[in-house]
Amino acid sequence: MREEEGVKDGQDISAKGMEHDPVEHNNSKSKRSSNNYAGIEVREDDLRDGRYMSIRYSARFRYRWDTGIAVGRFLEGLRNGKIVGSRCKVCKRVLVPPRIFCELDFAQVDEWVYVGDTGSVNTYSISYIDKQARRISNPVIVAVIELDGASQGMGIMHLLGEVRPEDVHIGMRVKAVWKSREERRGAITDIMYFKPL
Amino acid sequence: MIPKGERIGIVGVGYAGLADTKVRSAQEPSHTASSTTNTASASTNTTTTTTTPTPTAATSIRYSYKELMFLAARMAYEDAGIVDVRSKDRISFICSTEDFWEGNMISDEYMPDQLGAVLRPLCTVAADGLYGLITGFMQIRSGLVDVAVVEAHSKLSDVVSKKEIARFALDPVYVRGIYPEIDPYFIAGLEMNRFLYETGNSRESCAKVVSKNKGNALANPRACYASSVDISLVLSSPIVAYPLTSMEISSYADASIVVVLASEHKARMLKGSTDGIVWIDGVGWCSDTPWINDRNLADALYASLAAEMAYKMAGIEMDEPSKYIDLAEIDDTFSYKELQHMEALRLCRKGEASRLVEDGCTAMDGYMPVNPSGGSLGVGYLVEATGLHRVLEAVLQLRGMAGSMQVHGARRAVVQSWRGLPTASGAVAILSSNDS
Repeated sequence: MREEEGVKDGQDISAKGMEHDPVEHNNSKSKRSSNNYAGIEVREDDLRDGRYMSIRYSARFRYRWDTGIAVGRFLEGLRNGKIVGSRCKVCKRVLVPPRIFCELDFAQVDEWVYVGDTGSVNTYSISYIDKQARRISNPVIVAVIELDGASQGMGIMHLLGEVRPEDVHIGMRVKAVWKSREERRGAITDIMYFKPL
Repeated sequence: MIPKGERIGIVGVGYAGLADTKVRSAQEPSHTASSTTNTASASTNTTTTTTTPTPTAATSIRYSYKELMFLAARMAYEDAGIVDVRSKDRISFICSTEDFWEGNMISDEYMPDQLGAVLRPLCTVAADGLYGLITGFMQIRSGLVDVAVVEAHSKLSDVVSKKEIARFALDPVYVRGIYPEIDPYFIAGLEMNRFLYETGNSRESCAKVVSKNKGNALANPRACYASSVDISLVLSSPIVAYPLTSMEISSYADASIVVVLASEHKARMLKGSTDGIVWIDGVGWCSDTPWINDRNLADALYASLAAEMAYKMAGIEMDEPSKYIDLAEIDDTFSYKELQHMEALRLCRKGEASRLVEDGCTAMDGYMPVNPSGGSLGVGYLVEATGLHRVLEAVLQLRGMAGSMQVHGARRAVVQSWRGLPTASGAVAILSSNDS
């Protein structure tokens, strides 16, 4: 892209490069050229007119996680309309979601139990914006639910439904609302939401 | 050299994944066999016992990555003599993971539970597991902790878009856009071509490396890609990126590897004696420039300098380190990499690697066995876990517990890892047995 006449290879051209002094540019954008972007603040009109270095690269990263033993059992349980936990022989806690190891005493866990689909709200939040930060008219209520039959503090995170935001409170009793057997496919969304009991 | 009394030792190693667990329990010394039996009992679908280590699928569909980590960690703690990893000992945990392989941002957040590391010091080193080992080494040397648990894993069977992710590592301005349609293996082709041109090493000896490593792997119960192949088959396999053929590229496998380090004092307490402790005599690591077009493609300078650092720490004289070393577990992600790394680690002079391989000097019964485990070509490529797998193999050798792969009288080993395409980064560790 060498446009200068009479410049030899190896000759110092740093001074020439400086004719696009970024400091100067902040005050006189008319001198901007379209082929030098060094140190220039990109402004709104630059974005509009495409005066910026652009690399379009779209990558699609796909994963296919092995569920292993514990996640597999949990998802299989959901398909059957049941919530599966596992019981640690050492600390006796019922862990939900289940795992084959207890994170507190590093013991192998291989006893499987069903826990209830009812429980109490441990904490909740009401989300008024979507992932693009737009206001949503029907706020989404997210809650941590301590399930009956699981050890204290154990449970799952899910949505609350059939309840007005102003009526939700910590300690509120709730019950899972399941999709129909035909619709369930072994996913956390097999439970649609929890509603007040 | 680390003064006596301040040494840091490897006290435990464990793994899960790789070739079938039942196969290895039949092959290994009794102290590890008991934990592999437990490993199998954790599964809902155990396979029948066989004494023939046939190459098996390199996947681990029965377990999630967390479950693999748990099984590997339990085996390592048992090996290390750690009765309760949850006790309030001065212990820290280090994982080597890369978010894109995990498929999760901040993947370190998902590591504590299955290692017994909840509410304990844990950090992630986004590099090969050998960097994790070096980090643990430094934490112990600094006096902060007595024990460091290092974990790395590969669950590549979960990753559908391996090639997309590999391509994502390329420079976005200069490289990625120009070659959008071809596999990043072309970088290995460029490097191999220049390496062979400058050093005079031959394509035949590269093929011999494949034949040797896959052959060595026949004796390794962990190996997923063991086979008996001659060099004509390697050379006639389809060219992927000239001069690199498809059989000269290591294939993916799943595994979790856990290595437990301890200060000398703590190591003696855990093991009851110095038996079974493998000492870390030296470590080093180094990175070259990312400019593929501007860096030295023939010499693997990153490996030379990392090795220099490690040799110096270990008190090994630089002119002929092979005099001090009984075996090498070094990077063989691609066939030529083993030759290139042999020269970089000064196990031979520049241009001599071919001759050593041709003469059988690096074979299992040679004077300097290189990758007696079968390396990545024979065992499988484990991304971040590759370096720790090499440590595990070297530890078994130095303990004299490598079974039918045992290198007779192995007392000192050099372990080296490379960060993979498109990098020029890597680490080295010098390990020695207790009676060296």
